[in-house]
Amino acid sequence: MALSFEKYLRTQKMPHIWCPGCGHGIVTQAIIRAIDELGLNTEKIAIVSGIGCSSRAPGYLNFDTLHTTHGRAIAFATGIKMARPELKVIVITGDGDAAAIGGNHLIHAARRNIGLTVVCFDNNIYGMTSGQYSPLTPVGSFASTAPYGMLERPFDLCELVVGAGGTFAARSTTYHARHLVNVIKEALTHNGFSFVDALSQCPTYYGRRNKLRTPLDMMNWFRDHAVPVSTWEKMPPEEREGKFPIGVIKKVDAPEFSEVYSGLIEKVRERGDE
Amino acid sequence: MASEQRKVAMTGNEAVANALRQIDPDVVAAYPITPQTDIVQYFSQFVSDGQVKTEFVTVESEHSAMSATVGASAAGARAMTATSSQGLALMWEMLHIASSYRLPIVMPVVNRALSGPINIHCDHSDTMGSLTTGWIQIYSESAQEAYDNVIQAVRIAEHPDVLLPVMVCQDGFITSHGIENLEILADEDVKQFVGEYKPSNYLLNIKEPVTFGPLALQDYYTEFKVQQAEAMANAKKVILEVAEEYAKLSGRKYGLFEGYRLDDAERVIVVLSSTAGTTKAVVDELRSKGQKVGLLKPRVIRPFPAEELVDALSGAKAVAVMDRAETFSTQGGQIFTELRAAFYYAKERPLMRNYIFGLGGRDTTTREIHKVFSDLENDLERGHVEKLVTHLDVRE
Ligand SMILES: Cc1ncc(C[n+]2csc(CCOP(=O)(O)OP(=O)(O)O)c2C)c(N)n1
Repeated sequence: MALSFEKYLRTQKMPHIWCPGCGHGIVTQAIIRAIDELGLNTEKIAIVSGIGCSSRAPGYLNFDTLHTTHGRAIAFATGIKMARPELKVIVITGDGDAAAIGGNHLIHAARRNIGLTVVCFDNNIYGMTSGQYSPLTPVGSFASTAPYGMLERPFDLCELVVGAGGTFAARSTTYHARHLVNVIKEALTHNGFSFVDALSQCPTYYGRRNKLRTPLDMMNWFRDHAVPVSTWEKMPPEEREGKFPIGVIKKVDAPEFSEVYSGLIEKVRERGDE
Repeated sequence: MASEQRKVAMTGNEAVANALRQIDPDVVAAYPITPQTDIVQYFSQFVSDGQVKTEFVTVESEHSAMSATVGASAAGARAMTATSSQGLALMWEMLHIASSYRLPIVMPVVNRALSGPINIHCDHSDTMGSLTTGWIQIYSESAQEAYDNVIQAVRIAEHPDVLLPVMVCQDGFITSHGIENLEILADEDVKQFVGEYKPSNYLLNIKEPVTFGPLALQDYYTEFKVQQAEAMANAKKVILEVAEEYAKLSGRKYGLFEGYRLDDAERVIVVLSSTAGTTKAVVDELRSKGQKVGLLKPRVIRPFPAEELVDALSGAKAVAVMDRAETFSTQGGQIFTELRAAFYYAKERPLMRNYIFGLGGRDTTTREIHKVFSDLENDLERGHVEKLVTHLDVRE
């Protein structure tokens, strides 16, 4: 049976703000599919976002949602998770939101291994404010603030999360729509901090400036440059040049922070009873 | 002798960006936020086209934008940034650093409502929320005023008796994105007017090492604050002197406020920025019917020109102060409470009431202004104000 999206959407909020050809709808859809396929109780899900085109998604999602300030979604979500550890807390963020203005929160959430699932709608540009470069803009690409091409080196968000001690990091793209659903499902079932770098296309502010004239060109670019992580691991460095791995890049088990914290509370209480 | 001015059609943002171009600051550090983004976007074009010599720094948040601007200014550069709303809120910590280090930074602010709920349209909650940060605040009714105010702000900020940072505010979208005809000065005239920046104490002067922001506790902290307060008091005179000099150059006169058909006015609206323009239209209409109404548009809010405003309103019988931001004090908006307090020792006190209006960009048209004037008329008949604080144009 085809998935009925109505149940998960605030249809009265349509039409959405995304430009024609924007990838953010595909990522939003993948989140819905993942939730649906896992049969998660929607009453036990909180969705939190920052500010940006990506962060508009929760406005269209018929869940308990919290639209916060630019860069701070993970900090708000941390509060939710600590107060209500039984909830599944999903953070929807953009590459600017997560890695520029809010980069600090990302690394600390990863380090703590707090049970949030962060899906970063990574279009490697500030979409909402009309195409300034972000920390994900590739070297040499054009942006409104990089008229001669990007000079700064970009983050690899999965590596950043792993480097900060993250226990789950994965990547997929809007071209690999089915794969993206699977990756988000894995993230949602991981006990601990899980991060999904969901590459999305911004035809309006990125493609247009970077010789990727249509949304399809941008998605084909994802197809042509993505390498399954199993292949990636066997590739020599020179072959990796210009490509990127997709799939689950890291998954290890470690104590989840809200559980560790509850454990401490219990221990202290017990001691108090002695 | 000033060269001829150029008549141009520009948005408020473009006008301010052109003022920045003509000032040619040493450093601009900025982060995008609607509706300010344009200013810096236009400016970055001037940078890449080689029309200015500015070092343009793109950063990852407004906290960093103001930090970088503070760093550059402390180093001895003429440094600027621009922002709106959440961006200004995120700068809050650094706003105090800039003013307490006595750094003459000029920052155009495009007024936008603070979250939440998130909103991108105009009100003054952002800058009203930063009145206690030690910055001079100047408000502009139009693109022309925003342009003129930015140029004057450089001179005000850098004046040795002042040395304080200045925010130059204009209304988000209404002014920032509306195209208007305005006159811009010749580049060389602006260059001459702002002059070369010669800081007296700065980090890059290695012959005379200085430190900014060292620890001062019970021993000296108070004296720092008193000096800031004195500088703010000095600013009043300097603002007028700079305005006078600017008038000679441009033919456009500015004061601490603008009175519009105020001299014999019995009923007066006090309102900042673009809504003053709407009010002028209503004043003209009512005047043509023989009604004695007028407008007082404050230009400078920090320092607060208390005596001057009281003096200007001395003939008024009923005054409505319109504030475009809530304070949640339950006692009305910021301008209202300050103006009302200013009247405490006045011999004659008009009836005075407050309207909170235009929040989150709610359109305020001549219809609402008419209502305010007619409320004042009723108050005068009644002999007292019907209500101290009214939220204008609210859904039932
Ligand atoms: C404190 C603050 N600064 C700036 C902004 C303006 N702003 C809104 S969204 C955005 C960038 C969004 O980029 P990204 O996170 O990559 O998301 P996208 O729009 O590309 O999906 C910026 C700078 C803001 N809302 N708050």
